[in-house]
Amino acid sequence: MSLPRLAQGRNRGVMPGNPACAGCPHTIGLRVMGRVLGDKAVLVVPAGCTSIISGFYPRSSLSFPLLHVPFASAAAVASGLRASMDARGEEGVVVVWSGDGGAADIGLATLSGAAVRNEDILVVVSDNEAYMNTGIQASGTTPWKALTTTSPVLGKSEERKDIALLMLFHKAPYVATASVAYPIDFAEKLERALKVKGFKLIHLHSPCPPGWRFDAGKTVEVAKLAVETGAWILWEYMEGSFRISPQSKPFVQKERRKPLAEYLKLQGRFSHLRPEDVIEIEKKMEESWRLVVELEKFYSRS
Amino acid sequence: MKKKILMGSHAVAEAVKLARVDVISAYPITPQTVIVERLAEMVERGELKSRYVRVESEHSALAVVYGASAGGSRVFTATSSHGLLYMYEMLWWVTNSRLPVVMAVATRAIGPPWNIHTDHNDALTIRDAGWIIGFAESVQEAFDMTLQAYKIGEDKRVLLPVMIALDGFILSHTSEPVLVPEEEEVADWLPPREPLPFKVEPGKPFAVGNLGPDNVTMELRWNAWKAAERAKRVIEEVSAQYEKRFVTGTSSGLVERYETEGAKYLAISIGAWSGDVKEAVDALREEGYDVGLARIRYVRPFPREELRDLLSSVRAAVVLDRSVSMGHMGILGSEVRAVSERTPVKNVIAGIGGVDVSYKDFISILRGFVEEYEAGLSGEWSVAEWYMPWVTER
Repeated sequence: MSLPRLAQGRNRGVMPGNPACAGCPHTIGLRVMGRVLGDKAVLVVPAGCTSIISGFYPRSSLSFPLLHVPFASAAAVASGLRASMDARGEEGVVVVWSGDGGAADIGLATLSGAAVRNEDILVVVSDNEAYMNTGIQASGTTPWKALTTTSPVLGKSEERKDIALLMLFHKAPYVATASVAYPIDFAEKLERALKVKGFKLIHLHSPCPPGWRFDAGKTVEVAKLAVETGAWILWEYMEGSFRISPQSKPFVQKERRKPLAEYLKLQGRFSHLRPEDVIEIEKKMEESWRLVVELEKFYSRS
Repeated sequence: MKKKILMGSHAVAEAVKLARVDVISAYPITPQTVIVERLAEMVERGELKSRYVRVESEHSALAVVYGASAGGSRVFTATSSHGLLYMYEMLWWVTNSRLPVVMAVATRAIGPPWNIHTDHNDALTIRDAGWIIGFAESVQEAFDMTLQAYKIGEDKRVLLPVMIALDGFILSHTSEPVLVPEEEEVADWLPPREPLPFKVEPGKPFAVGNLGPDNVTMELRWNAWKAAERAKRVIEEVSAQYEKRFVTGTSSGLVERYETEGAKYLAISIGAWSGDVKEAVDALREEGYDVGLARIRYVRPFPREELRDLLSSVRAAVVLDRSVSMGHMGILGSEVRAVSERTPVKNVIAGIGGVDVSYKDFISILRGFVEEYEAGLSGEWSVAEWYMPWVTER
């Protein structure tokens, strides 16, 4: 996969003129999805930003067939659609395109059920780290200390949960993280995921300009810095093998990472951090790295 | 046609099997569980070629069958009480998507306190969600209504989900002889589900349920309203057709009339205890009371015209309610009162939480009702009466 090849795809995923905010990361993700999944996929979309981005009846901005469904129901609806297609001998990839709320919070039990049943569906969690569609409220994946409209002064007091690792421990055959700053990596992960029969989840890091309070022209820059500073780790688990992705691999070595402050200072949601908070965030980050490195070792032994 | 001894839950499962559903999904809850256990067994033994999706909640159960129904499949789910309430959001989503999902509800009281016995509050609480709601009186009727539900819901004039309620334990766990039609006969009567006017399939961009102008929402509700009105006719047609073809002996239409010919007083009920009300009617008729029973088979669509007709020819009516809407009256009571033009309607709330009500209780309730009316006390019927003979201090 190369960028020119990715750009050649006929299916654009999301059309120009859609009502997404300027600099919206979801539209980057959806474009990659369009190119790779093209005419193969049916989308199931729970409540979230994409309920709006997909456009206003009688028009639709997405070049996929899609079912809009209640917030907590997506993975179950996808399971039903899959069962129906199997029963009727129909071909196609059933994809849940969800935000962090629909997948990791209100829809977590539903997602867990589908993962345990090893449903032959692909779930892409486009994680903008808060409930952005309702106006930037803290979610289960909002990082510690981030300012949101429900943690407006002190910042979020709780840890963020790791939905990809949760799915890994559901024994799902394919789990990966990705970032909107690395479309080729995301596209290749989608392609590999499609080769796996069973439950697949890709956790896509999607920095949100209005939600994180950064300039709408810097979505890719912020997403890239998340990887380069080690704040977001790209990895892939596929049928027994766990690998830190090449884009993140150099940053196993702490000294090769850019200073975390470079990533944080671009975001208004972290503007209130004290130096000791940054040190604390670095510690948490280090723990995430330690776990991921151990997981890579653990799975390479098998 | 075979005669089998089946308990209510197994009879419903037999009907689902004969309907040749493609996808089944459910979450266990007493007293519904036996229905889906039986179906799971049929699937695993290869007697039924369906996909059985074991979900983690009722919300997901209805979401799975919603997805499958949107994909064009014939589907089934079942639940009770808390499970039905947990589905609440999805119930509306299914209706507003106009999908002919079929669900059985083994009725059960809502807690706390925990209580697994029947009353009708669970099924009646969802009456505004747009489902066709039928109440069975017997195991045979639970079987017949389940099978008919597919034909009614899938009819192009209707395209609405159908819920068949059977009283928990009283029907779900009680065995009765059931006449079961042959597979080929049913296949001929109930052909495979017709394709939807739209299809969610890869390569054909098409959005279902996206944002739209407010007037579109209102027009869609209006369309569903009209479909629910048309469903009355379809229920009559389908149930009459079914009875003509399979002769299982259950009633058809929206209301069963029992001894209503020439009756001066009318009892109105739904569900299993209607059998006991019939016994009470028989006993009172022998004593010289002109009492009849209107048993409502479908509370949605509500049989307005039939009831108005029945009410207009009697002096007074009593609604026997196994449900209550706090701060108002029994749910069925308020429904019936809304269609009565001049006839006074008394509302008696009984059997809540599964409290046993026998035909003797009904004799006492009905006799009291007639005597009160004849003593000129019907003016005091504005408030529902709670029938609790064991409570001595009021």
